[in-house]
Amino acid sequence: MSDVAERVRKIVVEHLGVEEEKVTENASFIDDLGADSLDTVELVMAFEEEFGIEIPDDAAETIQTFGDAVKYIQEAQ
Amino acid sequence: MFDLTGKTALVTGASGGLGQAIARLLHTQGAAVALTGTRAEALESLAAELGERSHVLPADLSDPAAGAELVKRAEAAMGGVDILVNNAGLTRDALLLRMTDADWDLVLAVNLTAAARLSRAVLRGMMKARWGRIVNIASVVGATGNAGQTNYAAAKAGMVGFSKALAQEVAGRGITVNCVAPGFITTAMTDKLTEAQKAAILGQVPVGRMGTPEEIAAAVLYLASPEAGYVTGTTLHVNGGMAML
Repeated sequence: MSDVAERVRKIVVEHLGVEEEKVTENASFIDDLGADSLDTVELVMAFEEEFGIEIPDDAAETIQTFGDAVKYIQEAQ
Repeated sequence: MFDLTGKTALVTGASGGLGQAIARLLHTQGAAVALTGTRAEALESLAAELGERSHVLPADLSDPAAGAELVKRAEAAMGGVDILVNNAGLTRDALLLRMTDADWDLVLAVNLTAAARLSRAVLRGMMKARWGRIVNIASVVGATGNAGQTNYAAAKAGMVGFSKALAQEVAGRGITVNCVAPGFITTAMTDKLTEAQKAAILGQVPVGRMGTPEEIAAAVLYLASPEAGYVTGTTLHVNGGMAML
């Protein structure tokens, strides 16, 4: 488990109030973790802050799952 | 009641009569205020009167880039923006048959589009804080129409629809979005009317007088206050009974 994945998982757990074990590679924020569209915006904002990166809107739209987020952030760093 | 101690407010159009009264009242109730408008001198003299907790941030909201930049400056000056009052507005009256595209575009840009851009820019901080108040100044004309003001009426009616939609988007985050719709208010704009024009207007107002900027400010204060947390997506009409909506 990479450090990025741990930090992303922590944000997702805190923000969406879900069990840690539900945050799996292919877990969709909206379909599996109960996020609404505004939650996904807030998650992206939280990722930007945690990792000191900027995630443009078109990229943010492609981040649907926990795995998507980890992959995007690892590549952006 | 209506205590804003520790809150920060950005008031647009603060060089005009209505904006000054709004900024003054929010400040009196304890808020730090960022005063923005096009006339720096009027802003400076208001800030001098208010003293501490007031910041002068001149901006021309007809410039598309001005909104986001203004919010950054306000956040830097006050540490955040808890309350946004979209009060900036202007008129370019003409019958539609004679209205230029430039006059249409300018009124929509300043009265409606700038409010949307500013709202977007303050939302990030408000969502994080799980608290925010956006109060948009609409107009009775947005609800009733007024010959010669197709652009202004469209912008003000647009403000009401905008507020309802945004209110639904952010309600779950402790952020409310409402409008105050003034009727005829004594300001520099209405001072220019002739006595005959004023008499004709007052004939339509059951209360029998024009409203004051302070009466609009009081409505804004209510919607900006913690006490109004259960009020969102609504329009508070302050018009002396001229239109009962």
